[in-house]
Amino acid sequence: MNKKIKMRVNGKKVEAEVPTNRLLIDFLRYDLGLTGTKEGCSVGVCGACAVLMDGDMVSSCLTLAVMADGHHITTVEGLAKNGELNPVQKSFIQYGGFQCGICTPGQVIAATALLKENPKPNEDEIKDWMMGNLCRCTGYYKIIESIQKAHQFAK
Amino acid sequence: MIPFEYRTPKNLKEVHATLKEFGTDAKLIAGGTALVIMMKQRLVRPSCLVSLRSVRGLNGIEVKDGGLRIGGLATHRDVETSSLVRRRLPLLAETYHHVATIRVRNMATVGGGLAHADPNQDPPPTLIALGATVKATSANGSRVIPLDEFFTDYYETVLNPDEIITEVFVPRLTANSGGAYLKFLPRTADDYATVSAAAVLTLDKNKKTISDVRIALGSVGATPIRATAAEAVLRGQPVKAEGFAEAGEKAKKAVDPVSDFRGSAAYKKDMAAVFVRRALENALAGIRQQAKAKPAPKASRKTAKKGKRR
Repeated sequence: MNKKIKMRVNGKKVEAEVPTNRLLIDFLRYDLGLTGTKEGCSVGVCGACAVLMDGDMVSSCLTLAVMADGHHITTVEGLAKNGELNPVQKSFIQYGGFQCGICTPGQVIAATALLKENPKPNEDEIKDWMMGNLCRCTGYYKIIESIQKAHQFAK
Repeated sequence: MIPFEYRTPKNLKEVHATLKEFGTDAKLIAGGTALVIMMKQRLVRPSCLVSLRSVRGLNGIEVKDGGLRIGGLATHRDVETSSLVRRRLPLLAETYHHVATIRVRNMATVGGGLAHADPNQDPPPTLIALGATVKATSANGSRVIPLDEFFTDYYETVLNPDEIITEVFVPRLTANSGGAYLKFLPRTADDYATVSAAAVLTLDKNKKTISDVRIALGSVGATPIRATAAEAVLRGQPVKAEGFAEAGEKAKKAVDPVSDFRGSAAYKKDMAAVFVRRALENALAGIRQQAKAKPAPKASRKTAKKGKRR
């Protein structure tokens, strides 16, 4: 069973007809080709599939594409503006906030959502917010450091 | 997931009509964080999903009769971050903060969580200890159900298939009351509890005698469990440390946990006693702190404020 949906993905209008059981992550990756968003655990625990829906972080593996109808979705591909990385992305590069990289899109999305609410979070606030984003390389120190220093790159 | 119809009614009337059309083959969906997983695992195979996401007017949080009226579609994050909840009932905001991760709390709704009725959830013990009620609405009208009579088994409630949780009401905490919710988390911060316990304690005017107490536990049975025998040993008794320990022992007898990777049944029973005692101690500490923080004649405003925020 299909349903027509309309949404904005990274600012661009998207209209599509999708099967009702299409997950948002599959819609983004396979229908729109936005493969930056990764699928890890598929049950909302690991954070690799994090995207922003109307600015709020959600798990795209637990969200049906039809549930995003009428909303604004931001993926990691939508964070850079006019080719310029956002402060979190710059900081992750500068301070080595990644190792193998598979969790990075989710980490960057989560950190971007955090800094929007709290531009200069302390370590405890970062840990509390980011605890749902797992890094199996266990590169957490550098991730925390990158988030703590991201404000340096904000204009 | 097997294919299904997806309906997006705009008001309750349309919701009721759609539910009538599909009968028990339909499932209501709000945030979907629990239901989508169950559908992926094919534990649930509805022929129609009735989305509540376009239904307006069910997501507010407001003061009603001195207590809090929380719309069934308010998200966990709404409750956690609401300045109204944080000011009037910080215990409730803290409890919702314990649920899973922010991604889940941004989507999961208060009504949806309760209807899902997983006995490992955080909000039910606190809501039961606070004496909360649920308003269930069908085409035939509404009824109010005390939350301690709401859960019947794993993922089962007294709700009829045509009923929707439209609001949760949490009564005002009476004077000289304090509450606590403790979640025993030996593994990760976003895990279900090994054992969780909530207690709301009310003292008499002199703060020497326990005039009322409500205790509830999570993760230790097929439903959240209200520990009435534990409450009975405290009610009307003087405040004493031994009393709290005795209540813990009574709570231990009321629970029926299963052994799993979060601990053996015997260990969880022992921990139920410990965490009920600690929840009572924390509730009492909260009352004492409040008393200190009350703007006594010479206390500066700054101290009073700091005390209140805990």
